[in-house]
Amino acid sequence: MYPSNWGKVGCIRGPHSEESRLFFKLGQPSFGGSDVTRLRMHPSKDATPELRHGHALSSTGLVGLSVKQKLVLNVPQCNQSARNLIQLHRRDPSNWLTYQHLIFLKRQYVIKNSELHQRAIPKQAPALTIVNEREDTIERQVQRIPTIDPADRHTVSQPEDVNSEAQPGISTLKPVTEDAAEQRDSVSGTVGTSHETPHVHVETDKAKEERLDRQWKQLKVIVADLPDVYAKLAKIKLTALVVTSAAAGFAMAPVPFDPLLFFVSSLGIGLASCTANTINQYFEVPFDSNMNRTKNRPLVRGQISPLHAVSFALACGIPGVAMLTLAVNPLTGFLGALNIFLYTCCYTPLKRLSITNTWVGAVVGALPPVMGWTAATGCLGQGALLMGGFLYCWQFPHFNALSWNLREDYSRGGYRMMSVTHPSMCKRVALRHSLGLIGLSTLAPVLDVTTWTFPIISLPINLYISYLAFRFYREGDRGSARKLFFCSLWHLPMLLLLAFTCKKPRRDPEEPPPAASLALALQSSLPS
Amino acid sequence: MASKTTAAAWRIFSPFTLHSPCSISALNIRQCSSKLATKQDITPKRSPFRPAVSSTHDWIGPPNPLSNLRPIVYHIPENESDLQKRLRHLRQETEDWNHDFWTKQNFSFTKEKEEFIISQLKAEGLTPRDEEGRRRSLDSEVMAVFYKGFLDTNRVRHWSYNNEWYRRNFTITMLMARVALRNIWRTVTKRNNKNNSTSTT
Repeated sequence: MYPSNWGKVGCIRGPHSEESRLFFKLGQPSFGGSDVTRLRMHPSKDATPELRHGHALSSTGLVGLSVKQKLVLNVPQCNQSARNLIQLHRRDPSNWLTYQHLIFLKRQYVIKNSELHQRAIPKQAPALTIVNEREDTIERQVQRIPTIDPADRHTVSQPEDVNSEAQPGISTLKPVTEDAAEQRDSVSGTVGTSHETPHVHVETDKAKEERLDRQWKQLKVIVADLPDVYAKLAKIKLTALVVTSAAAGFAMAPVPFDPLLFFVSSLGIGLASCTANTINQYFEVPFDSNMNRTKNRPLVRGQISPLHAVSFALACGIPGVAMLTLAVNPLTGFLGALNIFLYTCCYTPLKRLSITNTWVGAVVGALPPVMGWTAATGCLGQGALLMGGFLYCWQFPHFNALSWNLREDYSRGGYRMMSVTHPSMCKRVALRHSLGLIGLSTLAPVLDVTTWTFPIISLPINLYISYLAFRFYREGDRGSARKLFFCSLWHLPMLLLLAFTCKKPRRDPEEPPPAASLALALQSSLPS
Repeated sequence: MASKTTAAAWRIFSPFTLHSPCSISALNIRQCSSKLATKQDITPKRSPFRPAVSSTHDWIGPPNPLSNLRPIVYHIPENESDLQKRLRHLRQETEDWNHDFWTKQNFSFTKEKEEFIISQLKAEGLTPRDEEGRRRSLDSEVMAVFYKGFLDTNRVRHWSYNNEWYRRNFTITMLMARVALRNIWRTVTKRNNKNNSTSTT
């Protein structure tokens, strides 16, 4: 009544008919390369389901084992599951599940089986075989493997069964399906051979070509994606940090707080930062393509054209700088324009020419708090330079630690960074500037920016980052670099916050100083 | 009217409106002009997802495994102006030149890295693979010597590439801006002419 090998597969699938149905439903929609398991059912053709192995995670091997045990104990239920299979095939196509339902069921299955010995609750929904959604056909193919020998596998796989993979958007489901793939593989291993071998990538050239074909995208603007694209172009998180440091500079200025001015200057500085980041990405497209950290940037991926990116940069920069010049003060506007120039025309090209780019980059990072201060006060005071100094010193442990673990990428991309060309200098400079932070914190009350509590309460975090910098200096390995980098991420906001809490209270100039008023009172009370 | 202008602007930003059967030849141009014969040249495929007859835009593909750059298949509109032709040729040529440079760079980097590792291991008297057959890797400090050496030997080459790249990038962007402005101008004048002709009739 059905081919003999069906029965085998039915037994493989085991006691739980839902498992079996889901096995056939489950696909491996990853497009990333070797991690593929394909399932397909042909209800119209010879309905032999075949399982083809994919790459799987060893952690789910235990699940497979438990299924195997149940399998052995529940052989009589084979017929039941086989009958279910027939039922599935005869289902009316109009009852087939949509893809979303499929994924939902898959998730249900995996959740249920997260504990090794849990039974899957029977699902009422029919098993879907093929889902067609516009042009993104997700074909699933189940190929039975007679042996686990990798050499044989290639002969078994038939070209016409090669299928295509789903859109990249579904790649998040990869870990889920990998679990299922592992189970399938380990279970089918009982039929084929006596041992279980690790999964081997099986993808014919044609499949690979088809997969690559799918990755071709039209170079047109998708309006719905634009906010995300703009956020990536502007490096929105970095911009947010820049605006935060500028806000700190603004807050530390010894003038009454003006909320409107604060808002306008923050906005202007944010726009200037967006511009600088966008132009930087515009200049660096081929370099970004070759580095792992940056290869998913919008210009690299072609989500927008270079002209569009430049237009966006101008659309941010011109209003931003104009806002700073006209609504805040010309000094801040000048500093904003200078910062954009330094970042795009000095730092970006210098990255590939000489290690001095790090020092220029540190100045670029130091300018936002200075701008915040000048926005508030209108002049470049000592406090502004001190705030800038904090950021300047902080940049070195931050960037040197970051670049330490990217040495290979930098070298291949042709970037000249201290971590690549002068490693010992890199470590030394990071340590030096971490210690410099302690010095600057002590300088703060001297310049009347903060009270004397600030150096004391900031000492623990400054000592901690200096300690990590010292460890980095001595050990110079990936672990210490990573620790230093992550410390720098929380150290700076903490430092600025502490500085703000210890801000020197501003005395009203009309009021006479307390001592003088006391003296006056005494004088008046004394009998003349 | 504003919406029409916006629509026109969007069309401009996504360049070229019509496709001609030259897309395959565009690929061939690329294959011919790229001097280094790559092992996995992207051959024109016939699947429906590749730039085919029905497309109206450029297509961008997955990163090339050798150069990590994404190839673009340019579309040729009918009534392509000289400016557009110049732009398209320049972009294609730049893409090939970039691909060439990065393929060489990545290839030489990998090759020299292998040689360095093997020579270092030999100096220490070790085989490239240990007892379990795994490849031996070197300490990051030792590798840093190689990375620095690679940068130093290629310094002049990188510098000239940078200059050339900046120049080309800037020229391409200026050309794109000119094409875009000309398209806007044409759309506006066409609409004006239409309005004039309908008002006079």
